[in-house]
Amino acid sequence: MTDITEHALLMPDARTKARNAAERRFRAYGLSAIVIALAALVWLLISIFSAGLPAFQQTFITFPVTLEAATLDKSGKLDIEEMKKVTTIGYGKLIAQAFEAEIAAKGITHEVKPKQLAEMISEQAGAQLRDMVLADPALVGQTITFQALANGRIDGYFKGRVTMETAARDKNTSPEKLALADQLRDAGVVAVKFNTGFLTMSDASDKRPEAAGLGVAIIGSLYMVVIVLFLALPIGVAASVYLEEFAPKNYWTDLIEVNIANLAAVPSIVYGILGLAIFINFAGLPQSAPIVGGLVLTLMTLPRIIIPTRAALKAVPPSIRDAALGVGASKLQTVTHHVLPLAMPGILTGTIIGLAQALGETAPLLLIGMVAFVKDFPGLPPEGLFSPSSALPVQIYNWTQRGDPGFVERASGAIIVLLVFLILMNTAAIILRRKYERRW
Amino acid sequence: MSLGLLFLILLALCTAGYMIARSRAVTSARGDTRVLHSLPAFHGRFAALAMILPAVAILIVWLVVESFALRGVALSHLSPEDVPDGASMDLVMADVTRIAEGLGKLQAAGVDLAPLTADPAALKARFSEAGFAQGGDPTPHTIAAAVSMRDTAATSRLALSVVAIAASLAGLGLVLRRITPEFRARNATEFVSMGLLIGASLIAVLTTVGIVASLASETIRFFQLYPAWDFFFSADWNPKFGGGSSLGIWPLIWGTLYVSVIALLVAVPVGLFSAVYLAEYASKRTRGIVKPLIEILAGIPTIVYGLFALVTVGPLLRDWIAIPMGFGNSSSSVMTAGLVMGIMVIPFVSSLSDDIINAVPQSLRDGSLGLGATPSETIRQVVLPAALPGIVGAVLLAASRAIGETMIVVLGAGAAAQLSLNPFEAMTTVTVKIVSQLTGDTEFNSPETLVAFALGLTLFVLTLMLNIIALIIVRKYREQYE
Repeated sequence: MTDITEHALLMPDARTKARNAAERRFRAYGLSAIVIALAALVWLLISIFSAGLPAFQQTFITFPVTLEAATLDKSGKLDIEEMKKVTTIGYGKLIAQAFEAEIAAKGITHEVKPKQLAEMISEQAGAQLRDMVLADPALVGQTITFQALANGRIDGYFKGRVTMETAARDKNTSPEKLALADQLRDAGVVAVKFNTGFLTMSDASDKRPEAAGLGVAIIGSLYMVVIVLFLALPIGVAASVYLEEFAPKNYWTDLIEVNIANLAAVPSIVYGILGLAIFINFAGLPQSAPIVGGLVLTLMTLPRIIIPTRAALKAVPPSIRDAALGVGASKLQTVTHHVLPLAMPGILTGTIIGLAQALGETAPLLLIGMVAFVKDFPGLPPEGLFSPSSALPVQIYNWTQRGDPGFVERASGAIIVLLVFLILMNTAAIILRRKYERRW
Repeated sequence: MSLGLLFLILLALCTAGYMIARSRAVTSARGDTRVLHSLPAFHGRFAALAMILPAVAILIVWLVVESFALRGVALSHLSPEDVPDGASMDLVMADVTRIAEGLGKLQAAGVDLAPLTADPAALKARFSEAGFAQGGDPTPHTIAAAVSMRDTAATSRLALSVVAIAASLAGLGLVLRRITPEFRARNATEFVSMGLLIGASLIAVLTTVGIVASLASETIRFFQLYPAWDFFFSADWNPKFGGGSSLGIWPLIWGTLYVSVIALLVAVPVGLFSAVYLAEYASKRTRGIVKPLIEILAGIPTIVYGLFALVTVGPLLRDWIAIPMGFGNSSSSVMTAGLVMGIMVIPFVSSLSDDIINAVPQSLRDGSLGLGATPSETIRQVVLPAALPGIVGAVLLAASRAIGETMIVVLGAGAAAQLSLNPFEAMTTVTVKIVSQLTGDTEFNSPETLVAFALGLTLFVLTLMLNIIALIIVRKYREQYE
């Protein structure tokens, strides 16, 4: 028996070692590329969620308010038109008095000047109370428990955005107010609760981030997605059916195909310019309206629906068509009775993904004026489609342009809402595909 | 009569027409449907199509003509003296439209309009009370124009309803006269349906025509106001509202290309290596999990990346790299936008490259491995060269994506137009300037606004060229191994 461990065949030589090392390095490059890509995804999501989740919580100040008939309803007739003459400032004074009384009643000592006490409550509180009273005039004269939004800085303090140090440099708040807020929380007057208003209220002005909500934006986005669905799905399916099933192979249909492929890759902002030039300047449709947004997004989504629809139609085997034609169906009957139903899961999957892209699109909507500040909810369709509205992604952009840091939290929170919608839509698409997809 | 109501009436008529034509077909066959050439439902459908299509066509043409006619009616009440100094006829027309809308709303609320239209001051007071938007003060002339516009519109709508319903009934009459057992209703229906299908596929062509026409016509107007030479060959971008702007495109092109190059420097290595790993090394299970995860990056809306750049990446780069190394103190920079855009573009590179690498025939790999090459040598010397044209196509598509991207650069790159090499300085891109020149109150007769269309056309041509080259390369390559 000779000792074979020294044999050259079993000992890798220097060159083999180098090659194997190169092999391991190459694998490591690939693996690290994947790790980088996934880490970027995780970093993105963590940064958005950590900044945005606080938007779903809001600081509320709860205290009894006496709705004095003497100030709110001077005529004493509970006449709505008369009562509307009392402005939000009038209600604000009432709230300020009640707040001061509540602090005194709880026996809290503080260093905030009496005049500045009301600044701890959101400027929105007056409007909030006014709407409550106008909706139910019978409340006048009673003492109600009123839940007011706290000022954005107080809210930021409980969420860690505002600290004693920043407050000292901030002319909108002061450390004394924050100290009082702490005391009030211990007394149970101030509490951080789930914020339904974030989903239902409309946008608020620059100084009151605490009152800004997504209500108008959600409705606007909903209107637009519905318009896109009702226009892009039928037109897209009709175009795909023609190109895939009927069109002769010639110069013209080739042109249409190249066209569609290119339209899918045209930058979305170009569609915005198109919408501005055609729908607003030429056709005279109103700016900021969901109908214009819907039409622009339809044109943009159309090629993105046609491409997967054609793939779905192509996947239906020719034998199905031959069988239908063989028993005497016309070409159109073959398509509508057999090919389309079989291709439907694929078509719907493509449509949902196209709609999800349309929902998240911002740039074209900026150009057609949807960036405007919209406070009023749009009406019901069809008139509501023509009144000014916002959209989720544009609302996010809008909030990033505001000065108050509270709006960054709002924008990130709005992104979470947008992502939840997108996840729901994509999950529906995946389920649809898993459940109904057929392999021939 | 409102358009919605008219549409409902037309739909109801169509349904009725469908029933009538269907039963007429059955009667014409004396109850024995076997003698009919086409099923009764086809007769019904043909009748419905013959009723709705002419009516809708009339509706569309009418509405287009009506909008021009209304403008003419209003203009006939206005004279050049009605246009205040510094305003244009368009502004006065906007006032007229607003007055007409306001009157409509008041009438709907049951207000007597006669005293208001007689007295401009009362009208103004009533409008501000109701909270309607107002432009200039109403004058007797603009009120007269608005009133006649409303009257004409009301008459026109009534006439439209009558004509549309009459056309639809005439369509039904014509079809009913043709119904016999021999009538080829199925062929006729399919002929019309085919026309509709062709029409749908032409919308894609119309969109392209619309894009090119709207961009080109406004660009020509821009070049009438601003010399084309300065636009294409000047390195100074400094728009001033009020005239005297310099609008050279080069700082914007430079910013666009700089951001895109950084994005590709991030996305191409990461995307390509992940595609290689997923296609050649990863187990089927890993691939099934990792590939969709990477593709999530492509499904995230760009506004999300924009906020990420603005809030997280920008300050991070500024505090940890730019300020310590003395590159500047701007949080929005080419680097911020490029880095974030690079993350966004990764899946565009990786997914397409993955498909292309998978399309390389296994026999090529087997041959190389059989000769003793290691897997990485096979990939570098056999698979990648074979897939190269396709990968180049994928990179070009990613580049076109990066050039046309808007929200990330709007929020991450800044607004300062400058030619600088420092990647930590704020620069701006073509898309950012399109947004900033076209948002807010815009007047469409100043070069500062119209330049956005010239920029849009430049962007369109640039991305179109990249896309076409990429498509040609990818298409040619795909045919190679099929």
